[in-house]
Amino acid sequence: MERAQQAAARRDGIRAPRVGLFVTCLANLFRPSAALAAARLLEEAGCSVEAPQAQTCCGQPALNSGDFNDARQIARRTLEIFEGFDYVVAPSGSCVRTLRHDYPDLLADDPVWLPRAQQFAARAFELTSFLHDVLAWQPPRVAVPACTLTYHDTCSGLRGLGIQAQPRALLANIEGVTVKEMKDTDVCCGFGGTFCVKYPEISRKIVDDKIGNIQGSGATVLAGGDLGCLMNIGGRLKRRDVDVKVYHIAEILTGMTVEPLGEEPS
Amino acid sequence: MSPGVSSSSTFKTRATGALADPQLQAALGMLGEGWIEKRRRVVSLLPEFELLREKAKEVKDHVLENLDTYLERYEAEVTRQGGIVHWASDAAQAREIILKICRDADAKVVTRGKSMVGEEIGVCEALEGAGMRVVETDLGEYIVQLAHEMPSHIVFPALHKTFDQITDLFAEHHSAAEYDGPRETVADVVGEARQVLRQQFFIADVGITGANYLVAETGSSVICTNEGNGDLTSTLARVHIVTAGIERVVPTLDDVALFTRLLGRSATAQEITAYTTFSTGPKREGDLDGPGAYHVVLIDNGRSRVLAGQFREMLRCIRCGACMNHCPVYGAVGGHAYGWIYPGPMGAVLSPLLQGIEKNADLPNACTLNGRCAEVCPVKIPLPTLLKKLRGVQFDARLTSPSSRWMLRVFGALAQRPRLYHLATRLSARVLRFIGGRRGSIARVPFAGGWTEVRDLPKPPARTFFDQWRNERATEEKQR
Repeated sequence: MERAQQAAARRDGIRAPRVGLFVTCLANLFRPSAALAAARLLEEAGCSVEAPQAQTCCGQPALNSGDFNDARQIARRTLEIFEGFDYVVAPSGSCVRTLRHDYPDLLADDPVWLPRAQQFAARAFELTSFLHDVLAWQPPRVAVPACTLTYHDTCSGLRGLGIQAQPRALLANIEGVTVKEMKDTDVCCGFGGTFCVKYPEISRKIVDDKIGNIQGSGATVLAGGDLGCLMNIGGRLKRRDVDVKVYHIAEILTGMTVEPLGEEPS
Repeated sequence: MSPGVSSSSTFKTRATGALADPQLQAALGMLGEGWIEKRRRVVSLLPEFELLREKAKEVKDHVLENLDTYLERYEAEVTRQGGIVHWASDAAQAREIILKICRDADAKVVTRGKSMVGEEIGVCEALEGAGMRVVETDLGEYIVQLAHEMPSHIVFPALHKTFDQITDLFAEHHSAAEYDGPRETVADVVGEARQVLRQQFFIADVGITGANYLVAETGSSVICTNEGNGDLTSTLARVHIVTAGIERVVPTLDDVALFTRLLGRSATAQEITAYTTFSTGPKREGDLDGPGAYHVVLIDNGRSRVLAGQFREMLRCIRCGACMNHCPVYGAVGGHAYGWIYPGPMGAVLSPLLQGIEKNADLPNACTLNGRCAEVCPVKIPLPTLLKKLRGVQFDARLTSPSSRWMLRVFGALAQRPRLYHLATRLSARVLRFIGGRRGSIARVPFAGGWTEVRDLPKPPARTFFDQWRNERATEEKQR
């Protein structure tokens, strides 16, 4: 449906879109506040949100390690769990890229499952692009403590889903946030899933370059749309004792009411 | 200069060395600043660049689908122009053919234009082993030859060398009789190489070049260069040998025009390289110059095997180097870490395919799958997808380490059993919170050394998302 139509439908009180929240395993364990914030934003935007208990992980650890059989089985069960929803939305570009692009690839030779995967792919959205592109929604004005924020474009979201303008557009309504672009914001942070564990030294060099650019921007807050990348950059910032606060974009849009990633509530 | 690398070193040890080498790091630092921005600018000036990429992909796919036809057509045309085509199924056979041509020509000095396939088959070592003197005439190749090294980049072979290292090398190898000028600027060094190499072109018996394209309709071989050394190599020696992989063939001269528009922009951020040289057969009656004999060695060396399998798309590669220029891993460790002459993303796919995956086990994995390489590839090779497929080949062949396989089994089991998954998540939260103590982030976790070696891990909150969500929803229900 077109954006304008969508907005009109909501105004006219047509049934709220049913959104299945794909929580992501990193948010579930390390950063529930990111997924809770995502749910809140979706509800504020007029959706009814459910988080099916049967969901687990999108399967990337298997897929990116060459274990395609397990990845395929995980894909099938994820498809089944979310099939009844109008949309599937995740606070992650990386997981949605897998739902949207890898699932149809994995099931390409399966005449029964391929159409299901393709229909599913068409309904799977990363949070900021869903809010901005599909719902044409702007968050209500909210004030946060004054800060300079720089946004890291995570690779899967940027190149896999075309996410670049959406988070920045959504940030426009957040009072107190001054966005300052860093140099090479579209360059990888060195996370790469298993890469950062298998090749920590190379990952360190790449993430240190990223941190140099973050510092160069003068930002005090780093935001992004993927917890993998944020945990990598944030963890390295902590290790080097660099004072930059790390948040998921959904947490900024809901008023930065939680502690930054990697900091214990006082 | 060895085309292989001693088997005692691994990708990881080479990468570690590269990261600790300040001169290499300084040289690599120039990459991002220069080429990426320049390419972006020159590409933005050509609105149809995306269309050209799509067209180039189609042409390459068409050629690969009909490779036998175009190669035979090409051979017939070369023959008609008075040249001789040789077919080499592997590197050893290619070396033998070239060696025989050189011996028959009674060659003492052989000049070489830049060619990756020449590096691939080890032509330089073969000729030197037979007592001939081989002179690399491309500046970058000449530098790595003097340093007894492999090229570290397919377009800029001496990318890993700093200016000071190059002037030191020249001072060491060039006598005052050869050059006694200054070595202060880049122009000085280029002038020095030109002066020294100029003499070699005149005394060379055989000149060997590669080919960017082999044109089926005319039997021409085409090289795109910037220094003019390729022209001198191919025209001044008595014998010209063209070495090329079988996938270099294109149907027509129009196709050369298409690829030329993409190549210069992608490789060196130029609209076109300074020289685009067409060689068609030996010198004819009435020609002012040219070689007396013209040979083409068509090299398979694993390519037809790749053609038949699931990695065919890799054969679209036109060797522009854009993928490595944009690769964060290449930018961190440079080309030598990859262990062979093809580095970066294209090498991480090609080396396992040509040399065997066992020998290159790290390469498909040493990639963050960030996708920048595929975004800039002028022939749209889905490099990250191919790397993931190679990981699949490794997994199926049980080349993945036992500990990784065990972890994957555990992961697979959890991901398909939600109750167990939620239990494991809760348990992990508890364990990590215990390890973390009072701090918000954790500096050391048993069995997560790869992560915590360089970065902290955030301490999870006491309750997982699902625990909090259930609670929240239950409260809402009650309030209603």
